[in-house]
Amino acid sequence: MVTLASVIVDGLAYAMVLFVVCVGLSVTMGLMKVVNLAHGAFALLGGVFVHVLAADHALPPTLAIALAVVAVAAIAALLEPVVFRRLYGADPLRQVLATIALVFLAVASVNAWQGSAILAVPLPEALSGRLDLGFRTLPVHRAFVIVAGLFLFVALYALVRLTRWGVRVRAAVDDPATAESLGLNTATLKLVAFAGGAALAAFGGIFGAEILPVDAAYPLRTIALYLTVVALGGLGNVPGTMLAALGLGFAETFARFAAPTAAPLVVFGAIALALLARPHGLGQR
Amino acid sequence: MKAIALPLAVTAAGTIAHLLVPEQSAFLARVAIMMLFVVSIDLVTGTAKIATLGQAAFFGLGAYAAGLLALHGTAAPLPGLLFAALVGGVAAAGFALFLLRVSDLAFLVLTIAFAALLFELSNQWRGLTGGADGLFGILMSPIAGTFSFDLFGVTAFWYALAVLALALLVLSRVMASPFGLSVRALGLNPLRTEALGYDVRRRQIAIFSLAGAVAGLAGGLNAQVTELVSPSVFAFALSAEAVVMLVLGGAGRLTGAVVGTAVYMGAEHFAAANDPFNWLFVVAGLLLLVVFVMPRGIVGLFSRR
Repeated sequence: MVTLASVIVDGLAYAMVLFVVCVGLSVTMGLMKVVNLAHGAFALLGGVFVHVLAADHALPPTLAIALAVVAVAAIAALLEPVVFRRLYGADPLRQVLATIALVFLAVASVNAWQGSAILAVPLPEALSGRLDLGFRTLPVHRAFVIVAGLFLFVALYALVRLTRWGVRVRAAVDDPATAESLGLNTATLKLVAFAGGAALAAFGGIFGAEILPVDAAYPLRTIALYLTVVALGGLGNVPGTMLAALGLGFAETFARFAAPTAAPLVVFGAIALALLARPHGLGQR
Repeated sequence: MKAIALPLAVTAAGTIAHLLVPEQSAFLARVAIMMLFVVSIDLVTGTAKIATLGQAAFFGLGAYAAGLLALHGTAAPLPGLLFAALVGGVAAAGFALFLLRVSDLAFLVLTIAFAALLFELSNQWRGLTGGADGLFGILMSPIAGTFSFDLFGVTAFWYALAVLALALLVLSRVMASPFGLSVRALGLNPLRTEALGYDVRRRQIAIFSLAGAVAGLAGGLNAQVTELVSPSVFAFALSAEAVVMLVLGGAGRLTGAVVGTAVYMGAEHFAAANDPFNWLFVVAGLLLLVVFVMPRGIVGLFSRR
């Protein structure tokens, strides 16, 4: 029982990291119809910036994190018009290639700048203690990840479901041509969503560094993981992304605990079955 | 006539390269093997327009198949190659049969995940695969009982070149056949091809299986020539790099696959031998160049089609 509860807590924390990183990818891929393999690079850059600012330049971690997230959003806002806008409607192979080029660029740049070792990502002092749950102790930081993930989910869900901006996003995801002919400026929408998604990825990369360690090869290692969450969740689907993150997070944590050698097989089987049963994602009816 | 042009050109170019730099036999053999692998991706991604980033799965399965057969069965190279192609082809057929019904994105994800899965399994199932150390102690017997492998890789080079040329000969024929043309058609416009009465899904499964067999063949060849198989045969980098070579040369034609591989590996050999991370800058630049400036690759620059 105790171990089960323990595995659930770990699975939950892992799932929250997956959700926070992937939700932006899901929304932007739904909006732009561009296969983006480079999303993990934003998570990597978030972690690297915090490492450089807080560990190398001794900035307070909270400030470093805020600066890093803003910097990543700015980089994304720059990349959208320069690279991604040219890929709208392009052959999927070209989209894959262009975004994989960005992955290589990120990996090579981080390696040239910081080397290929795992980088420490310092977090605020307040998150460093341990929380006593009765059946085990939980690092405060992991509890924060869970709470922050749930909070972001509720906030994003409300944003997409209840606000005018959310209505516009959903319209542009479902039927871009009609949305545009009704006077919706989808270009700005895409830019804002892309930068926002990148900021979330950076946030997830920073706070998930304990679970998914940050080093130069990070975006290469996580391509399949993040795209799996998005494909499972359904493009542009916030609750679906959460479902997929939970499913994958729990499946992997449980499988690793119960049958470590067979874990990859179990996880792959589960993903394949889920995609066969729900080709358009878990969030779709 | 057209079908033998490419195999002949490759044989001639390989022979000339070998005469010019005889000390580079091992490298030239690697290029030939990689060409075969890139050709397999061209069939799937270039011609049938099914995006994959996990072709290394079938390359690796072929490599392990050939390696294990050499260790536990027969060390004769030719049966090993057939076995490797068979394993790659059957695995690809099974994969496509079950999974080719999902969306393009989901399929792309599954190809990556499948190769990653095999990578992890080959690491963990030490009893069968030797884990991270890989299979070693492979000792191939002479090819067809006559040509034994030498220390300098000269036999290995001719062997790889011969297999490549033969495979290209067969594949050129296949791609010029009604079947090959219908695959090209479904790559250009699946709906219209379906409307013309062709069973698109069956053809997709067939071309994916054929490509899996070619990738398995390349993997088996690699295992025999290097006499070593490690989990890195399943690496994502291998799949991704091969796709880069393909588009650099020009996707959708066998010539493009061959030219792209030669240019890429030649450049890498001289520029990147000991600096893989900075080489990535070059790769990224090449990719962006191909995507935004010359979408039809090097071969596309010289042909109007």
